[in-house]
Amino acid sequence: MADPARRQSATPENGHVSGVSADPLAAGVPPADLLTIAGRTLHSRLLLGTGGFASLELLAESIRASGSELVTVALRRVDPQAEGSLLDVLDREGVELLPNTAGCFTARDAVLTAKLAREAFATDWIKLEVIGDEDTLLPDAPELLKAAELLVDDGFVVLPYMTDDPVLARRLVDVGCAAVMPLGAPIGSGMGIRNPYNIGLIREAVDVPVVLDAGVGTASDATLAMELGCDAVMVASAVSRAQDPVAMATAMRYAVDAGRLARGAGRIPRRTYATASSPQAGMAEFSPTD
Amino acid sequence: MIYLNGTPHDDPGEQTVAGLLRVLDLESDARGIAVAVDGEVVPRAGWSNFAIPDGARVEVLTAMQGG
Repeated sequence: MADPARRQSATPENGHVSGVSADPLAAGVPPADLLTIAGRTLHSRLLLGTGGFASLELLAESIRASGSELVTVALRRVDPQAEGSLLDVLDREGVELLPNTAGCFTARDAVLTAKLAREAFATDWIKLEVIGDEDTLLPDAPELLKAAELLVDDGFVVLPYMTDDPVLARRLVDVGCAAVMPLGAPIGSGMGIRNPYNIGLIREAVDVPVVLDAGVGTASDATLAMELGCDAVMVASAVSRAQDPVAMATAMRYAVDAGRLARGAGRIPRRTYATASSPQAGMAEFSPTD
Repeated sequence: MIYLNGTPHDDPGEQTVAGLLRVLDLESDARGIAVAVDGEVVPRAGWSNFAIPDGARVEVLTAMQGG
């Protein structure tokens, strides 16, 4: 069952962090290790997409297993035949909703979609997607930047889905984006992080949260993202299209925590040759030396 | 004739957004709904009196699983 205490975001006002320490998964994570995006505080560094789940029940179970507090939804034509309400499910799970502009190919369409999302869901947060190619679903950088600027000027909190380009990241932050969401690999490809060096460079290039988005195929990809310095990871297909989505959602939750802890712990440098971890001195001599 | 979510729709009867929402079995206080007419947002406050011109493309949108 959903644990409302865990879902509730800590704020300076309520100082609410209880529930975290009671969570065995979070036992090693300092309770103060919170993610803040545009003033909103989150316990979980895992964002979950709602697409691809076979049923709303499976989505709800996966949200619970993931511990995610922020989930994306798309905006589409009303279907009078649709069964069940996605919004009711998200309400019940106590998660915040992050609408996206998925499917938009121009800045104009993305801006209009963002405005409709604000009207529909009473949130000025938008995961901005402007796609430039149907086969790869890669972002169209010039249109993305244009849309981001227009939406920031209109008061939106903009989280842009972007290529793994440190220069573009800086440009998006320059126009006022609240976070950047670089891809690891194309959406739904499950190819992991194809250019870890660029993700590291993006982390260095900007001072807003970096959320690895797209390409995650399994838990180790999410861990790597966090080890590279990302502040959070967004997953959708990796969970919803896994053979056991609920188990994969749990795995992603552990993976993000593990990567975050490892990043903070400071890994050892890579070396070509071995460095013995047992003492060299005090070795027994089992046969006579010449 | 107008286009309601891409489908030609004759004789709208009540040519307001609220009237068209009823065609989709939606009440004017339905949550999580947004409406665009010819590429412009029609805010909820205008649903009862926004006159829909002939030939308009009306899009009625809501949350779907995605992303």
